[in-house]
Amino acid sequence: MPISTQTTESGPTGPGSTPESGQKPPQSPAPRQQKAVVRPGDRIFSAATLIAGILILVILAGVALFLLAQSKDTITAQISDPSQITGGKGFFSYVWPLVIGTLISAAIALIVATPFSLGIALFTTHMAPRKLAPVLGYVIDLLAAIPSVVYGLWGIALAGNLTGFYLWLSKWFGWIPIFAPAADGSVSQTGRTLLTASLVLSIMILPIITSLTREIFLQTPRLQEEAALALGATRWEMIRMAVLPFGKSGIVSATMLGLGRALGETMAVAMILSPGVLTASLVVSGNQTIASEIAQNFPEAAGLRLSELITVGLVLFVITLLVNMGARAIVARTSVKGS
Amino acid sequence: MTTMNTTTEAAVSKPAKLTSKQLPKATPWIVAVASIIVAIVISLIAFGGFNIPVVAVLAGLINAIAVFAVSASYEGRRKAVDRIATTIVTSTFVLACVPLISLLWLTVSKGGAAISGDLLTRTMLGMKGVLDQQYVAGEATLAGGFYHAIVGTVLITLAACVISIPIGVLTAIYLVEYSNKNRLGKAITFLVDVMTGIPSIVAGLFAFALFSTIANVLLPGAAGIAKTGFTAAVALSVLMIPIVVRNTEEILRLVPMDLREASYALGVPKWKTIVKIVLPTSVSGILSGVTIAIARVIGETAPIMVTAGFAKTLNWNLFSGWMSTLPTFIYDSQLRPVSPGAAALASSERAWAAALVLVALVMVLNLLARIIAKVLAPKAGR
Repeated sequence: MPISTQTTESGPTGPGSTPESGQKPPQSPAPRQQKAVVRPGDRIFSAATLIAGILILVILAGVALFLLAQSKDTITAQISDPSQITGGKGFFSYVWPLVIGTLISAAIALIVATPFSLGIALFTTHMAPRKLAPVLGYVIDLLAAIPSVVYGLWGIALAGNLTGFYLWLSKWFGWIPIFAPAADGSVSQTGRTLLTASLVLSIMILPIITSLTREIFLQTPRLQEEAALALGATRWEMIRMAVLPFGKSGIVSATMLGLGRALGETMAVAMILSPGVLTASLVVSGNQTIASEIAQNFPEAAGLRLSELITVGLVLFVITLLVNMGARAIVARTSVKGS
Repeated sequence: MTTMNTTTEAAVSKPAKLTSKQLPKATPWIVAVASIIVAIVISLIAFGGFNIPVVAVLAGLINAIAVFAVSASYEGRRKAVDRIATTIVTSTFVLACVPLISLLWLTVSKGGAAISGDLLTRTMLGMKGVLDQQYVAGEATLAGGFYHAIVGTVLITLAACVISIPIGVLTAIYLVEYSNKNRLGKAITFLVDVMTGIPSIVAGLFAFALFSTIANVLLPGAAGIAKTGFTAAVALSVLMIPIVVRNTEEILRLVPMDLREASYALGVPKWKTIVKIVLPTSVSGILSGVTIAIARVIGETAPIMVTAGFAKTLNWNLFSGWMSTLPTFIYDSQLRPVSPGAAALASSERAWAAALVLVALVMVLNLLARIIAKVLAPKAGR
């Protein structure tokens, strides 16, 4: 590699490089001569990309740090005089009904959305006519494109129609605590209950779980599917034997990502739910979620209340972070095996 | 495949029946129509009237049972299970379309009825409850408008783009071209994934906390000035960056290695290879990814609410004063009407009109993303 020795120092080989070549050998030992040329443009550009990458780490750390910094007032109030906090019994008794409400609504949304998502993903990948499948997938993606505030508006407009259904539920299934009517046998008159909000949530997370599982199902080894069919399996047996086992962990992680989304979804709940204290029954008014509590109270909040709401937001951040990290860990573990 | 010969020999020695009984192709449709009729009859008799949800649920159940029964009696159990699975899977898709159609229909019908050129060009300046009461009483036309919200949406989204597109694209370039899957690259990939899952309201709280901390340092006691359009743009960037990174990364990885190697072989430096070869090849994908990201964040409500407040009037300045966007306008109009009581209807109509504009905007952006991906795609023979 005699040519590369000339370029290491003085850029591209010029006509005047011959006299310099005599000085080279003592300066640079043999292994260094193989090194690629680094120009200033390269340095600047790679540094710029590196900075952008590091900025992402900084932003994520900043989210945690600045939320923590703004939570300082709440923490000191909690230590010095817990009765200052909303509710008068300290931060934890203020936040736990919100956490429970959030978990309940997310759980309902997940229970409703997951079977539907699996069904839709299977339908678009394995059952729908080949030519129609992309169009059908696009239709479901439209559900994801609609802004959450429009879902909220839609939920408010239609919530009233659910009261009949809730009355029926409380009549026949009232013995299950979550469908129990109020003491006088009535259910919410407006239909703006946590169950309504959760059902709207389930529609909102449906496209996310669907698109993730659809991708997993598409990755099923074609040969395994064909082998199953060649052995005489019906289409459903093929799906059960080849597609579902292959996608099992993918389904789990897709569901968890849907859960993360449901936990943090704000507007649908904030608009539909008329909030109240934590109640077991989901067909009467009451309950509240973290995100909705922040959205409904933040615009008017000031001082300690502001700090409280930011602290509540920090709690939500931590919960969703854990859920998402769990989901990603599952994805990472399986994608190593899969590829 | 190597055992082909032995199987054919076996088949010759003992001819097996290769076909089984199958129902005619039209059977599922006939069963479906029959079960709908039965469901309507049951609804009329047992539920005292024609009730669409009841009919739909009954028809679905009856159809599933009937398909199973017919198929099991003729084709055998396995085929029947296959048919019922197909029925259920198909119906999940049909059911999922119901809310979509209902939502779009409601938006178009309610929003279409309320929208007018005046709403698009006026703000809520000088809005009084009396005006809404006059409108509901039929004495005046719908007052107010959301021009300020459209301006706010455009400004805040543009500012968010200015912040997040360079960061997002450069990060993706780092991940694909420079990181070589080192530890930092893996950490960034992981954190970008985590960032996708940040609840939008937390992103808003972050931006607010960031700027009110800064404001407190610069002007003690003036934390209120932290609520500006720019704060909202930062909040949206937190949501937008991960989407841009993910989409761009995916596209950059699709650029064939041959192209890069051909460029290196001609002595082109790496950065120039990226700028002149890799990026132009993937520009369609990057642009469509960015458009998708814009469509995602343009409809965000929660982060704007906590960072930019609710402005009633036009504000062109991103760096001072509250701003309104279409989503926050919708939220504010619906939940805090100008005039409470019966005249709240007027606010609700404004909200639906704004919702129509917003949904149309998002749909256009999504469509645009698809068109960009098609039109600008490299014209290489594949």
